Order: sequence, then C-alpha cells, then structure tokens
Amino acid sequence: MTTSLFGERVQRLEDPRLITGNGRYLDDLGRDALAVAFVRSPHAHARIRDINVDRALDVPGLVAVYTWEDLPERVGEPLPLLIPHPALTHGRTARPLAKDVVRHVGEPVVMVVAKDRYAAEDACDLIEVDYEPLPAVVGIEEAVRGEHLVHPDVPGNVGAHLVQEVPSADGRSAAEMIEAAPHRLEFRLDIERSASMPLEGRGVYARWDPDDGSLRVYSSTQTSTSVRMAIAAKLGLPLPKVEVIAPDVGGGFGVKIMHPWPEEVLVPWAARALGQEIKWTEDRREHFISSAHERGQVQHVRVGFDDDGRILGLDVTFLHDHGAYTPYGIIVPIITSTQLLGPYKPGAYRVEFSSVYTNTVIVTPYRGAGRPQGVFCMERTMDRIAAYLGKDRTEVRAANFIQPDEFPYDHRMTFQDGRPLIYDSGNYPEALRMLKELIGWDEFEKERERAAAEGRRLGIGIGCYVEGTGVGPYEGGHVQITSDGRVHVSTGLTSQGQGHQTAFAQIAATELGVPIERVSVVTGDTRRFGYAVGTFASRAAVMSGNAIALACRKVRDKALRIAAEALEADPADLTITDGIVHVKGNPSASIPLATVAVLSNPLRYAFDEEAQRATQFATAASDDKPPVAEGEEPGLEGRDYYSPVRSTFAYGMHAAIVETDPETAEIKVLRYAVVHDCGRLINPMIVDGQVHGGVAQGIGGALYERMVYDEHGQLLNASFMDFLMPYATEVPRIETAHLETPSPLNPLGIKGAGEAGVIPVSAVIASAIEDAEGIPIMRMPISPSELFHLRRTATERVG
Amino acid sequence: MAEGARHAKGSTGVGTETLYDISLTVNGVVREARVPARRLLSDCLRHDLGLTGTHVGCEHGVCGCCTVLLDGEPVRSCLMFAVSVDGHEITTIEGLAAPDGTLSPVQRAFAESHALQCGFCTPGFLCTVTALLRENPSPSDEEILEGISGNLCRCTGYQNIIKAVHRAAEIAAEENRAGVPAGSHRAVTEES
Repeated sequence: MTTSLFGERVQRLEDPRLITGNGRYLDDLGRDALAVAFVRSPHAHARIRDINVDRALDVPGLVAVYTWEDLPERVGEPLPLLIPHPALTHGRTARPLAKDVVRHVGEPVVMVVAKDRYAAEDACDLIEVDYEPLPAVVGIEEAVRGEHLVHPDVPGNVGAHLVQEVPSADGRSAAEMIEAAPHRLEFRLDIERSASMPLEGRGVYARWDPDDGSLRVYSSTQTSTSVRMAIAAKLGLPLPKVEVIAPDVGGGFGVKIMHPWPEEVLVPWAARALGQEIKWTEDRREHFISSAHERGQVQHVRVGFDDDGRILGLDVTFLHDHGAYTPYGIIVPIITSTQLLGPYKPGAYRVEFSSVYTNTVIVTPYRGAGRPQGVFCMERTMDRIAAYLGKDRTEVRAANFIQPDEFPYDHRMTFQDGRPLIYDSGNYPEALRMLKELIGWDEFEKERERAAAEGRRLGIGIGCYVEGTGVGPYEGGHVQITSDGRVHVSTGLTSQGQGHQTAFAQIAATELGVPIERVSVVTGDTRRFGYAVGTFASRAAVMSGNAIALACRKVRDKALRIAAEALEADPADLTITDGIVHVKGNPSASIPLATVAVLSNPLRYAFDEEAQRATQFATAASDDKPPVAEGEEPGLEGRDYYSPVRSTFAYGMHAAIVETDPETAEIKVLRYAVVHDCGRLINPMIVDGQVHGGVAQGIGGALYERMVYDEHGQLLNASFMDFLMPYATEVPRIETAHLETPSPLNPLGIKGAGEAGVIPVSAVIASAIEDAEGIPIMRMPISPSELFHLRRTATERVG
Repeated sequence: MAEGARHAKGSTGVGTETLYDISLTVNGVVREARVPARRLLSDCLRHDLGLTGTHVGCEHGVCGCCTVLLDGEPVRSCLMFAVSVDGHEITTIEGLAAPDGTLSPVQRAFAESHALQCGFCTPGFLCTVTALLRENPSPSDEEILEGISGNLCRCTGYQNIIKAVHRAAEIAAEENRAGVPAGSHRAVTEES
C-alpha cells in the first residue's frame, strides 16, 4: 500500500541521530586536527603599526603563526564581492587577515595554529599588535554626516544609493500623488541591529591529501558548492580536487550564507601549507564580533491617502547600515525597498536608500533579510493612517489589498533576483478574515474593557507581509535506485535544521511510489551534487523540492520503460506501488523496482545473486540492438534541475494581544496568532515548526535583542549574558492556521516558509503596544524602560 | 612551504602544564583521561573521550547546550573543570537510551513532537528534561517552563519542546502502568 506522503505530518528522518548524540556537527569532526585561533582587532578603526609574534613562538604546542604578510598574493587579496550591483558604486571587502588598517572590532589580524585550542589561545595572548587608533564611525547618522570616513576613498561613507520609482497608472509621480492626496502624513522610524545567532557558530575543518593533491573541507555553511568554488579559486586548485561538505549544521538563519568567510580561505590554505588537518571552531564572542549582523535602518516616510485610507502616493527614504564591508552587496536594502509593499498596491511609490559604511561588523541577511524592516515601515504606516482617520486598522489594510482576481500582480519594480516583482498568487482578504477570526479581532474591545476594569492594560496589533521565496537561479536533484531497492536522493543545497531529509524524502517517496523508509537524502555534499546555489530566501523546498520531483519523474519514466519490456506491457498501463511496478488493476503482473534497477544496468559480471539477471547470457535482449539502447544510460537514475522564471510569493498575517504593566511598563505577549500561506504544504508539522521558530526570533527582535555599540565601536553586549535571546519563558504560545494557494510557477505548487515567522513580528508588537498605550511606537526593539520613558515624555507633552 | 610564516621554535618545557589523571564513570563506563587542570569538562567529554553529543554553544554557562547529568543532577559542563569531577558519574546524551538502543521516553517524545530542528541545543534539553521528569513525573506547564528556562533554542520557539515534555511524562506513565520498571532507560542503572 502506498499513500501519498506529500502533505503528511511525517516524523523527521533526521531525528534518530540527533536525539542520540550521533549528529556530526563541524567541531565533532577532526578530533586529531590542529586547532586555529585568531588575534582579532580590539579597535573599531585603527592603523596597524607593528605585529610582534616573538613571545608566542615559545608556547608549547604552537605550530605556526600567520599575518597578512605571510599569505600568498591570491589568498591575501580582498575577499570577493559576491553580489555586485550597479548601484553599489563603492563596494569594499575585507582581506582574510587585515593589512595596515582594521575597520571593526573583531576583524582578524593574526592566525595561530597549534596542537589544540588552548595552546592556540595562549599564543594569541602573547602576540603584540601595535595599533594607532583612528576615529570610529558608529551609527547610521554619524556615517552620513561623513565627518570621519570608514574607507578613505568612499566619500560620505555611502557605498550604494538606489532609487526605484513606480508612477501611478496615469503616470503621476509619488510626490505628485502625495501632494494631491486629501490627507498626508510624514514620520520617521528606527530599527536596531540584531543577528542570526545560531547556537552553533561557524567553523571550518580542512584535510589536505598530499598523495592525491586534493582538499576536503567541511564548513558549517549554507552553501557548500559556492564555498568550494571560492576555495578552488583562491588556492589555485582544479575544482575536481576540492570537495566541500556541510555536515550537520547547528542553525544558520542567514549568517552562514555569507561566504567565503576569512576562515574558509585561511584554514584550507594552512592545511595545505602545513600538510596537516586543521580546524577552526568559532567561539561565542568571536561570533558576536566577527560574524554578520542585520536589521539596522532609519526610515523616513511620506504618505498621501484618501478618506478610506487608500494609499495614493508613498515615498520612503531610508538609510541602511551595512557595517565595515559589503561582501554580500546590497541585497538586504533592496529587499526592504521592494518587499515593503507587502499585500498592498499604493497608487504611486518611490523608494530611495543609501547604504552606508560604519566601523562595525558586516551586515548580511539574517532570516527575513530586510523584510522585517520593510514590513515595519509599511505596517506602521497603515496604523498611522488608521489612527489619523479614526478607522479600524484592518479596514485600512483591506482597502489597500491586491485582490485575488488581480494575480499575477506586477509591481513594476525589480526584485532582489534582478527579475520583475510580480506576485504569483494569493488571497489576502481571506487571510485577513481568518486572522480576525483566529485572534478574535472584533470581540477584542470587550476583552480590553474587562481587563481595564481589573486595572490591566491590553492592546491588539496586526501585521501583514508578502515574502518573495524560492529565488533562482536554480537547484538540481539526483535520484538513483540501486539494485537493493534503495532510493538515494541528493541535492546540492545545504540543511541547517529545516528537515530537508524528511521533506525531500516525502517528495521522492510520493513521486516514485516507494516506502519512505527506503529513501535517503544527502544535502550540501559536493561529492554527491556539485551544482547548487544555497539555502537562503526560503528557497530550499521550492527549488530543490521541485528539482527532486522532476528527477524522480525521469527515473519513474525509465523504470516504467524497462518494466514494460520485462512484463511485456505498455508503460502507460503501469504504475508503482510500494516499490513494485505493476499493471494497473492487476497487482500480480509485477516486478520490484530493485529488479528493474538490476535490469537497467546490463552486466558482464554477476557480483551477487540478484545481478545474475542482468548478465549477458541471462537476458533475452534482441541481437540487433545494443544492450544500452540509444538515448539511454545504464542505471536507474536521473538528474534534473528546476530554474524558475521568477520567485514565488508566500504571505501571511499575524496578530497579537499584549499586556503592558501600568506601573512597571513590563510588556507581555498574551496571545500570538499566525495565518500563513506558502502554497501546498509538504509537511505541515515542519512548516508549523518553522513558523514557531521564526516568531520566537521575531519576539526577540521586537522586545529583547539589540547590538549595543558604544561611540568607540565596542560591542558592549557581546555575550549571551547581555544579548538577550528569548528563553521558553519569553515566547508566547503561537496559534497557526494555513491557507494553501498553490503557486502556478512550479510543478509542486509550493512556496517557501523558512523566514515567514519572523518577518512581521516587530510590526505586530509595535502595533499592539501602541494600541495598549495610545503612544506612537516608532522604533523597535522596545524595552520596558523605553516604554516607561515614552510614557513620561507623552505625559509631559500633554502637561 | 608556508610562505615565510613564523613557526614554533620547538623549545620544550616552557610553561608546560601539569597533567592530572582522572577517572570518571561516563554513561556507566569507567573512563580515564590525563588532562591539565584548566581542561573544561565539556572539552574533556568531547575531545578526550570522543563523546561529541554534548555541545558547546556559548562557553559561559548561559545557553545550556552543554548540560550533562553529574551524579544525576543537570550541570553546565562548560563551567566545570574535568579534574573537579574526578570520581563522579556523568550521563551524556549518548547514555540516555537503554543499552539495547531503546530510546528513553524523553528522546521518543522529542522526535514525536518535532521538538528539535537543527538539533544543536537538543542534547542539553534532553538531559535537562530527563532530570526534570525524574524529580517531577507530571509537571504542569508552569513547572515545565521553569524547568527548561535555562536552555536556549534558536530554532523551535519552544512550543514543541513544552509539548514534548508533557508527552515524555505521558509515555513514562504509560510504561510504568505497563510494568516497565521506572528508570530502565537510564544509563545510570547500567553501572552495577
């Protein structure tokens, strides 16, 4: 019996190894490898006058010490600018080890290799670097003042400047539309920095094989294929001599899509130079000061609207802090500027951003990747309009929705993939209806009054978003059925806890008609699949899911062709159930897939009993045809790729009820509701898990997490003691409901779900606090003391 | 080969550390190691004894990934020196299943409830919850929150972890009723 496993809450195939301690994360590998530690800059901006490593050389167990001067030319060059863009006129990247100048606290200056990490850190302690401190540029506004420069050849600290303008249907600009609108508002919004903060930091482990002249690298990365190409290029090795494997990865959330990190170049290089296995495992402080952050923006909004709250013209100018370098280009602000539109269709839209340098850690995508900021901007705008008109906040949103009959909807903008921003499908009014029902929007006033009678203060908030998911250019899948009946699936993109092994196995089992127990999935291993892009932008299910389905269909067709010959039947009359090919309606005329696999590979040598069937004297093949027919290949396997014309667009709407303490200003989320549409669900259990985790990170970003830099560029809270990630006690129970509007763009009708949960949370919580307090909430995150201060200021203003 | 890098002078004896012989009972097996005084218990388990199931997420006792059971009580192994647990009993995630591989109720409940995603924090949660349920076999929501409030998870949002703790309590209770001796899945019982 085979039931379709697509859409079922299948338990994860990953879990047996992860709950028994048999997972293999980066630092679990290479027990005998030498260890690496780095001397990192303690200054945000400084010139390196001298480096003295002499004292370190006496440390027992020390193997080697490297500064920039020790690196060969290609290794010491600036790291690649991964995503160039014409608007990024002043892109700058760091070198793996600093040469002359350091531009943020944490920038690597010296690499030490020793017998273990203890010895390597001992040596680091004894290395003396003489710095001449330079003025540090910290904070977006100080950056744009341009008084001091992060890079001397980047005037005004502006790395990129981009304007996109979409006129109204009758050709009027956003400025004209705003001027002509019956109502206008203008305000400023701020969002602070946070970070992905996976519980496993980054890490690299490299093994050089001197006999084979090849390199095997393990990296805790979200893209093993691209890390491989970068290493081959930097080290001047032929690509086939480099393999990169992402082992079990302890969370990514975006920070591990950045690559090649300095360590991903330096560790493999040193492994080859020393001819020894070398490993670097990032510690938590290193992660805070050398791995990427995200979020920080200042936004200026001008909006014109009519009596119903319909936006006639919207003009957003924002400043984006990208830190000291721009290796990942300007993807984050581009996403903010485009995804800000959400489920709405403003009459005319103009967006302008400047992406600026500061002497802080680089900024690259963190789950949501610029969308939380864009959604915060748009949703705060919706709430301001509602407050101005005295209307219900959901009515104003509904008045601006793209309607179900308007898909595909063309925003006439360019999205982050360089392709037109065209939404594929959705039903926003229905999602809003479901959300209002789930949270009890219309009954809330009674609840508020009841609470007020007890001296408690409640508020309700809402946030809507659309998320471009499944961006190209492509992913591939390879499927092989071996003569033992097992199905081996591989895809090049990586996994960081999303349950890909399960979801992809569900797809393969459904497509091939085999029990899921027989399917195994490998991700992120270039030995198995060399062509891939990576895991980011909620793209894995859409991209690799469809590629694997297409590869399975090829294999299935081939299996039916071979089985048809053996059963003397028409392939069209055959189907596969529970791993057995049989004539539809006649289970007795059948042949197991394992046997089909044997027959698919004409043999001379019978290596086992089953293989005898395929040997030259056993088959009844025709004498005048080649054993492998024209156009066929031996083996029951197939490979295919999925390359979409453009992204799919998932969406969702969240609502929350919060309570704020009238005395202490403590903020508590009482209820949190999510309506989400990511097209067809492969495994609802996994999708819910993704949503829960995203919301929890969103709660962190809304109420607790921020990167506190002082004016000298020191990160004051670079530890889990001071950077407050939510524990179980901070995360509310999350109520979820799903809509399933299939995407017309791909064979499986799916959209991505990985980032969804986190995107609107700051907007939702701000909306709810504002509703509870009656004070505009214009910056996030917000702490009780900040709320307390806002109350005081509001009272003084009234007084 | 190493492009002018500075290499160790090869001198010995400069600041060489004193090593201590320690003996621990880990997952019911007596294990010996020779470690310097500053060797963290977490590093000793992972790198000296090869038990890499115990994970290190922050090295300063906040995240709870490295939680193991020391004489049955949950402790942060990154805040302890290996030498200070000489002679004691340690249970790690590798020791939670029965010797025949049967998963403990807590392990089964975590898989059933989708209480893990990347799995990095999971060993700490499994050890914490094992101890929690031993002390309080049917905890309330509040007691569970309190019990796991020292462990960080960045993936799950905790909702399914809370569900898993309830489920584990349920499985354990069912097995007790069915006559499976309590604690039969616990590695600490292997020692005798």
